[in-house]
Amino acid sequence: MIHLYYFAGLKETAGKAEESLPWEAGTAADVLQWAKNTYPAFDFSAVQMAVNEEYVLETEPIKPGDHIAFIPPVSGG
Amino acid sequence: MGAELKPFHVTEEPLESAVYMDYVTHPGAGAVTLFAGTVREWTNRKRTMYLKYEAYVPMAEKKLAQLGEEITKKWPGSRVAIVHRIGELSISDIAVVIAVSSPHRKAAYEANEYAIEQIKKVVPIWKKEIWEDGEEWIGGQSYKPEQGSGQE
Repeated sequence: MIHLYYFAGLKETAGKAEESLPWEAGTAADVLQWAKNTYPAFDFSAVQMAVNEEYVLETEPIKPGDHIAFIPPVSGG
Repeated sequence: MGAELKPFHVTEEPLESAVYMDYVTHPGAGAVTLFAGTVREWTNRKRTMYLKYEAYVPMAEKKLAQLGEEITKKWPGSRVAIVHRIGELSISDIAVVIAVSSPHRKAAYEANEYAIEQIKKVVPIWKKEIWEDGEEWIGGQSYKPEQGSGQE
């Protein structure tokens, strides 16, 4: 399993803040593709990904147990 | 709250800026800059009723702490506290407080501005503007200020 976290507009589109997904092996790009297929109404073009609370590239390997956050453009301050 | 103060914190509680100014003040400091980001009512002719902030709290606090470390390396002798409020904020509420002390004033100004700029780029915190006739998550995709920067 991997644990997915959604925020801001993506959280509203998904209708949930987090969910778990069965997982064996793959990359961040694979997880992103899953999310794009699952939530086609959301524009993922500017979304960054974080694995275990650090930003990663799409080539990052994803292991079972990882915590993966989709980070839309931030707007703190 | 002095004993339990977290210098890099995301909280739903109202922010008291003086607490953080005290935290960074020490005998080696000759300057303290205190930045407070507050909720603005009017943005590009749109009237905000209130703001809603949310964060990926564990990562946001980690990023704030990393930013603090980076600043103390970049501006030696500085001491930093950065706190951000989340939840529903009213007009003029304080959303973010950045306190920086340094031996001389130039570093305190520079480091403080660097901190707010980095927060707006890398710290996972999001703001939603709620207007009389709608609402929108702010964050670049569909929101373009009509002119200039300094929109914080």
